[in-house]
Amino acid sequence: MLNEIAFLLCATLTLAGAVAAMTLRNLVHCALCAAGAFAGLAAIYLQLDAEFAGFAQLLVYVGAVAILIVFTILLTRGAEIQPAASPSWRMGVTVGALVTACLIGSIAASPGLHGSPPQTVQAPVKRIGEQLMNQYVMPLEAIGLLLTAALLGAVIIALREPPKPEPPAP
Amino acid sequence: MTTPLAHYLILAALLFGVGLAGALARRNAILVLLGLELMLNAANLNFIAFWRFSSHPGELTGLMFVLFSIAIGAAEAAIGLALVIAIHRHRRTAQVDRFDSLKG
Repeated sequence: MLNEIAFLLCATLTLAGAVAAMTLRNLVHCALCAAGAFAGLAAIYLQLDAEFAGFAQLLVYVGAVAILIVFTILLTRGAEIQPAASPSWRMGVTVGALVTACLIGSIAASPGLHGSPPQTVQAPVKRIGEQLMNQYVMPLEAIGLLLTAALLGAVIIALREPPKPEPPAP
Repeated sequence: MTTPLAHYLILAALLFGVGLAGALARRNAILVLLGLELMLNAANLNFIAFWRFSSHPGELTGLMFVLFSIAIGAAEAAIGLALVIAIHRHRRTAQVDRFDSLKG
């Protein structure tokens, strides 16, 4: 019972944050609401016994991605009031609603989704580290490479271009 | 632990729908990226929920997938926002419907 209430609170926080982030006019408010939605998701991960993923979510999304988004908003002067939506916003909302309806319909039609989970789950950080160093060592290396490439790429893309030299007079 | 798996899946479906609608309907490139991140997070929630309710949660497969997925989401956000800044420098706008030429 208590678990159900906690889930409902976290789910409400997440969904309200997501809806507000996608509908508000002021971009800074959008970024703050999105951070709230990410924090609600982290709480749901904690509730699902995935402590490491929950704290990683808090660090990466609430800590890093939200700050990055706020920086970009300020750098692009997006803090001014935005036009509400594109002219085709009805189409976007319709597509989103249709996809959600399909997903919920198939979830409701699936059998076997109402059972209780296994009572004990062992996911201590020590085991996660062991698995990362044994079974998942190649994906870990690939992720390291990807993050390095993304870091360099982001810096190079956002770097101010030097002024072009004048073409030599013929 | 009494919340059934279906509730987590429905929450993830709603989150995905909100992210998709936002990514399609908003004009600001930053908000389109934010919608993409919300969709990615909905998929992560599905992974965690299926891992927790699977018959062999000791294998940690879903958890590992979510850790890698979070790393990829962070890299995607960094590159996407760098692109928004670069385009804003050239075009003085962050509205996606005005990014209508490849050169310039």
